[in-house]
Amino acid sequence: MKVHEYQAKTILRDRGVSVPRGIACFSVDDALKAAQDLGGDRWVVKAQIHAGGRGKGGGVKVVGSIDEVKEVANQLLGMRLVTHQTNANGQQVKRLLVEEGVGIDRELYLGLVIDRASQKVVIMASAEGGTEIEEVAAATPDKIFKLFVDPGQGIVDADVSALLERVGLTGDHAEQGVLFVKALYMAFWDTDASLAEINPLVVTTNGKIIALDAKFNFDDNALFRHPDVVAMRDTDEEDPAELEASAVGLNYISLDGDIGCLVNGAGLAMATMDIIKLYGGEPANFLDVGGGATAEQVTEAFKIMLRNPDLKAILVNIFGGIMRCDVVAEGLVQAAGVVKLSIPLVVRLEGTNVEKGREILEKAGLDMVTATTMNDAAQKAVAAAQG
Amino acid sequence: MAILIDGNSRVITQGITGKTGQFHTQNCAAYANGKKAFVAGVTPGKGGQTVEGIPVFDSVAEAKRETAADVSVIYVPPPFAAAAIDEAVDAGIKTIICITEGVPVKDMIITRHKMRNSGAVLVGPNCPGVITPGELKIGIMPGYIHTPGRIGVVSRSGTLTYEVVDQLTKLGMGQSSCVGIGGDPVNGLKHLDVMRMFNDDPETDAVVMCGEIGGSDEEECAEWISQNMTKPVAAFIAGVTAPPGKRMGHAGAIIAGGRGTAEDKIKALEQAGVNVTANPAEIGLALRQAMKLD
Repeated sequence: MKVHEYQAKTILRDRGVSVPRGIACFSVDDALKAAQDLGGDRWVVKAQIHAGGRGKGGGVKVVGSIDEVKEVANQLLGMRLVTHQTNANGQQVKRLLVEEGVGIDRELYLGLVIDRASQKVVIMASAEGGTEIEEVAAATPDKIFKLFVDPGQGIVDADVSALLERVGLTGDHAEQGVLFVKALYMAFWDTDASLAEINPLVVTTNGKIIALDAKFNFDDNALFRHPDVVAMRDTDEEDPAELEASAVGLNYISLDGDIGCLVNGAGLAMATMDIIKLYGGEPANFLDVGGGATAEQVTEAFKIMLRNPDLKAILVNIFGGIMRCDVVAEGLVQAAGVVKLSIPLVVRLEGTNVEKGREILEKAGLDMVTATTMNDAAQKAVAAAQG
Repeated sequence: MAILIDGNSRVITQGITGKTGQFHTQNCAAYANGKKAFVAGVTPGKGGQTVEGIPVFDSVAEAKRETAADVSVIYVPPPFAAAAIDEAVDAGIKTIICITEGVPVKDMIITRHKMRNSGAVLVGPNCPGVITPGELKIGIMPGYIHTPGRIGVVSRSGTLTYEVVDQLTKLGMGQSSCVGIGGDPVNGLKHLDVMRMFNDDPETDAVVMCGEIGGSDEEECAEWISQNMTKPVAAFIAGVTAPPGKRMGHAGAIIAGGRGTAEDKIKALEQAGVNVTANPAEIGLALRQAMKLD
C-alpha cells in the first residue's frame, strides 16, 4: 500500500524524524490558512499524488507571498499532473501539502528497502540527492553506499556513522544524522514498511538535517496489524477497476492491450499475458482469480473486463488443481448468462475434471471458442481480437 | 531418492484441524501409496484429538517425540505462520514446507534470521509444496498430473508449475521431484539451492526451472549454473509483459527500480547455457531440446 507524502511525513514526525513544518490542504482556502498559520515569507506548495516525479511534472512550487500561495493552489488543485510514473492522462490533484520554505545547503539521498538476497533491511545512502536514484544507480553505482541491518542486533550507531561519513556527513551533521537514520529505520520496521525513500534528505542553511521529501510503501500482508496505516489509504489514487476487483477477491491489474485474460494463479496469469504477446496480441489486463473462481467471481471478472471499451476478446485459461474444471465451467456458464458477452470468448480448461468441465460448456451451447493447449488458446484469442 | 522428500519421510501437519490443513492432508495421505507418511498433526489446544486417524498434538516438539517425524508442512493462517516455522525449527525438524500465503515480510526476516545455523531447510512460504511423484506429495498440487521419472522441476509459482508438469508428463518425461519455492520476497530455498540439490541427485537427469519477475534469484542461479551445473536445464521466465512497479499477484513479483525484469533474467540464463523458451506452452519441448532428444 502507498501513502501520500504528507502522510509519510506524519508517520515520521510522530516517530522523531525531522521533517519541515507543513499542513495538508484540500482546498484553496485550506492552503491560504495553512500558509498564514505556518508564517514566514517562503512556502512550498506540493501536489499530493502517489506517483513520483512530481517536481519535474510541475507539481511542486516555491512561492514568496500569500497571493502566490493562492494562485498556485488554484492552479494545482484539480489539475491532471503527468509525471514519468503516471499514464499520459496523469493523476488528478485533490490534496496539497503546504510547507515552510527551507534553505538548502546540501541534498542527499536515503532509501530503505528489503534486500531479498541477504534477507535484511538495507539502508542506502548517496551524496547525490534530489535526482532519480535509479539514474545514479545506473550511471555511478559506486556512489550509493549500503548498510545491511542485522535483524538480531538491530541498528548500530557506529555503523550508521560510518555510512553517513561516506556521503560526507561529519561532526554535528553526523550526530544529527545518526538520530535521524535510527528513527527512520524504526519507523520503517515498526510500520512493516516495504520501502522508504527520503529524497532529498537535506542539510539546511541553518545546519539542520531534515526530510524534504518522503515516500513510504507498506507490506500489504502486514496491514492487518496497522489500522492507522490502513486509515491513510486514498482510493482516489487507485485504478477503479483494480479496486472493484480486490473487493471481490480478484487480483486485477489494467494494461494497455485489448485481450482480456482470466487465469488462476499469478505465475500462469503472467505466462498467459506473455503468450498473447508472443502471438502478436496485447493483453488488456492481469487477472488472477486465485483458488476460488466461483460463478460470482467470474461474473464480476467479466463485468470489470468489459468496462474497458477497447476490449476485443477474452481468454480464460484455467489449470484446475484443487479448483475443479467442472466447477469453473459451471461458473462460466452462469456468468455468461448474466453478462451478455458481445465479444469473442476463448476458453481453455485443463487439469482436474477437465472432461466434465468441457462437457458442461458444450451442453450449455455457449457462444465460445474452446481451446486445448495454451498455444491453441493464445492463437485463437489473438485471431478473435484481430477478427 | 529424489530430493527433499521420499517414501520414507514422516510428516507432521501444522494446522491440521483447520479446513485447508485437513483437506490437503487427506489428499496427500491418499497419494502416499498406502504408506502411513502423515504421522501427526499439530494444533495448539487440540492435542489428544484425531483427524482421519492421525493423532493431533499440542506442540511440534511433542509430535516429533511421539512419532519420530522429520518433515513438517504448515497450513496455519498468515499472522501465525512464521511462529509455526520457528516452532518446527526449535523442535529439530529439518525439512519444513510452509504453504501459507500472505505471511508478513518482517516476520519472515526474523524467522529466517533465527533459523540460520539450525540446519533446517525451509520451502516457501506461499508455495504449492513438494512432490516426489509416485512416492509422496506434501502440498496442494494435484497429484495425478505427475508421473515418476527423472526430470527435476523448480518453480516460484503454483499453477504454472502444474502446466509445466502436465506438459512433461504428456511428452513422456516423468519427474524426480517438483519443488515450489514460492512467490514471496523473503523465503527459504531459492532456485539456486534446489538446482544444486538436483545436480547432486543421481535420480535426476535434467531440470526445468520456472522463474518470474522480481528480485535476482534467477540471475544468481544462472551464475551458479554456468560454473557448476552438469545437467541440461530449460527455463521459462514469466512476466515479459508485466509493467514496472506493479505487484503481479505474488508479493515478490514486482519490477522495482528497473531491476528484476524478465529480460535480465532471460539474458543471464541464456549466458549460462540454459535453454530459455519465450513460450510457456513449450517448456516441455524446450527441455527435450536441452536434452538433445529432438
